[in-house]
Amino acid sequence: MSQMELIEEKMEERVDRILSCFSGRREELIVILQRIQDEFGYLPEFALIRVAKFLGVPEAHVYGVASFYAQFRFKPMGKNVITVCRGTACHVRGSPMVIEEVKNRLGIEEGDTTPDLRWTLETVACIGMCALAPCVIVNGKVHGKVTPRRIAEIIKAVEGVEKK
Amino acid sequence: MAFKGKVLICQGTSGVSGGAHIVSEALKQKLHESGLSDRYEIKRVGDRGLFRDVLIDIISPNGYRWTYERVSVEDVDEIVESHLIRGEPVKRLLAGDDYRMFFEGQLRWVLKNCGEIDPEDIEDYISVGGYEALRKALHEMTPEDVINEIAASGLRGRGGAGFPTGVKWRICRGYEAPTRYVICNADEGDPGAFMDRSVLEGDPHSVIEGLIIAGYAIGASKGFIYCRAEYPLAIRRLKIALQQARDKGFIGKDILGSGFSFDIVLKEGAGAFVCGEETALIASIEGRRGMPRARPPFPAEKGLWGMPTVINNVETLANVPRIIVNGAGWFSSVGTDGSKGTKVFALAGKVKNTGLVEVPMGVTLRQLVFGPGGGMARKGYAFKAVQIGGPSGGCLPEELLDTPIDYESLTQAGAIMGSGGLIVLDEGTCMVDVAKFFLSFTVAESCGKCIPCRVGLVRLYEVLDRITKGEGVEGDIEFLELLGSAIRETALCGLGKTAPNPVLTTVRYFRGEYEAHIKDRRCPAGVCVPLLRFEVDEGKCIKCGRCARVCPVGAIAWERGSFPIIDRSKCIKCRACIIECPEHAIN
Repeated sequence: MSQMELIEEKMEERVDRILSCFSGRREELIVILQRIQDEFGYLPEFALIRVAKFLGVPEAHVYGVASFYAQFRFKPMGKNVITVCRGTACHVRGSPMVIEEVKNRLGIEEGDTTPDLRWTLETVACIGMCALAPCVIVNGKVHGKVTPRRIAEIIKAVEGVEKK
Repeated sequence: MAFKGKVLICQGTSGVSGGAHIVSEALKQKLHESGLSDRYEIKRVGDRGLFRDVLIDIISPNGYRWTYERVSVEDVDEIVESHLIRGEPVKRLLAGDDYRMFFEGQLRWVLKNCGEIDPEDIEDYISVGGYEALRKALHEMTPEDVINEIAASGLRGRGGAGFPTGVKWRICRGYEAPTRYVICNADEGDPGAFMDRSVLEGDPHSVIEGLIIAGYAIGASKGFIYCRAEYPLAIRRLKIALQQARDKGFIGKDILGSGFSFDIVLKEGAGAFVCGEETALIASIEGRRGMPRARPPFPAEKGLWGMPTVINNVETLANVPRIIVNGAGWFSSVGTDGSKGTKVFALAGKVKNTGLVEVPMGVTLRQLVFGPGGGMARKGYAFKAVQIGGPSGGCLPEELLDTPIDYESLTQAGAIMGSGGLIVLDEGTCMVDVAKFFLSFTVAESCGKCIPCRVGLVRLYEVLDRITKGEGVEGDIEFLELLGSAIRETALCGLGKTAPNPVLTTVRYFRGEYEAHIKDRRCPAGVCVPLLRFEVDEGKCIKCGRCARVCPVGAIAWERGSFPIIDRSKCIKCRACIIECPEHAIN
């Protein structure tokens, strides 16, 4: 068995372990997808096919649900994730400029990951932190009142830590 | 036994982002080192509503209270040594006039416990009268009594539409069915709204108690809380609270010996704004794509898995225990004829004090913005409009600032109460850009089921986009009005029906600004980049040189005592100079 197949098989085991916690009712679909994404960081194709079999629904149904919700992704994420809030308060307080700065600095568009898998840029409709607008989440930590200069510093700081 | 003093530390999402955890740890250690651990207890509380990074309250053993704002780790030693040991409060950190102003004029019913109790400790909630309402409802009232009490109070849905809660419950109970369900809609998706998040983070048990009472009233066997995944802290605290309530016997079989059994399931949303719409929310709980369906039948008749279902918003449910304990008369004594009680608003944007404000219904927008809000944030930038109700709401201009906040008055003005997002806009905000912003949001969030929303909104957006690029043509404004009204009339669900509101209200109240974009190719607020010339208006310029200092590419030449000169070949049109200029002299 090749290295690749071994990895694949291991991944299948991980999916089956998740599925074993569920009873196979259709209403469990979204929760199952959430658990799989927690495990892998995204929804691998083979996992969706397995879920369809498990619930006894067409693969198209599983994909239909997964692609409907913004939370689900079909590609792996970067090691570091920047999520810029584009809620109303953030918008009027300058989040478009922050997004521009990140795009220029990392050379990627919204929703993309750098080819070296180090950074992913996402936007979110609103994280409800409007009082601290504009807000950016970097690797789970919320930063308030972010300016283009500040986000550049944050990115540099993360890269600095990684180099060490 | 001597009473212990308390140190309250606000640890909601915003407190935590300001470093509350670190301050809390440092305080704990310092108290320990100073031998004060026996005399002062550190208590985690939710956010109080005013965001001041780390907010700390010190309550002395004899009940006096001081509030410190913007506390950092470095201040911890000083606070402990000066205040707790020598008895001299640290003046420079004490909350100032803004803080007082923010809380004066508020009437905090729903937010009463936020920032006062530990949201992760059910005993703390019980110590302030928590679960008394449940006891009273189960032991002293029939389900009909509960429904009558809520109906008499005049409580209306706080999620936006304002349907009378008691009536909704009565209708649902009226349908014969094997079982019924009740759902707490915590899918607070409006950009600019964070009331529900703060309540769930700061006082989750009040919502859970309200949900159980609702379940008892309508005869439900099971309740659901549908919370958006973007609120990880709220979800964590809900999980803790649900477990504690279960351990205490407030959820489960034969609750408090009443014979009533009820369970609650927490469902995490997966990131779809439209799931705030009740039929879409139901589809999502059933594990399907969150797409709305035509009503009737309303969920009260045929909802989750075809059973009669009541869906109430977080704030609505948080009001329920208070009404049961204090009575309908107490609740309806506050507010206007048609809108009773209080409403929580998430005040944000270009206002001095941003945060959560709870006021009696009927207070005017002006009182809110210039009272707790403290007026405008930036000197030299006057009030322009207030955006109320999020992507479904509208922008109201200065002339309408004296509009009382109640369901009917706001609807009449073209906005809606909505869930309570209230964003203040100043002269530096372009209304066409704001309308475009909301449209881009609703376009992205449209589920695609009905044509008016799927196609109509895109067409609206295209026209707005053209106008902001300086490519607007004669007739565009009329087209926006015509198409906007058509979408409002024909879309399937609340999302589509209200999505044109931001466009229609800005056209109605700021028509001149649209005309300036189209006819004069000018953006008066200096926001729409393609329309900006980056010229210095020498009549307004005060030669302060701030623009030159802030320019990131050195495109502005300036010498003391002279007008700045902008080199367009270097300029990257980032607008930093426009934002920095105190006199609006660059356009």
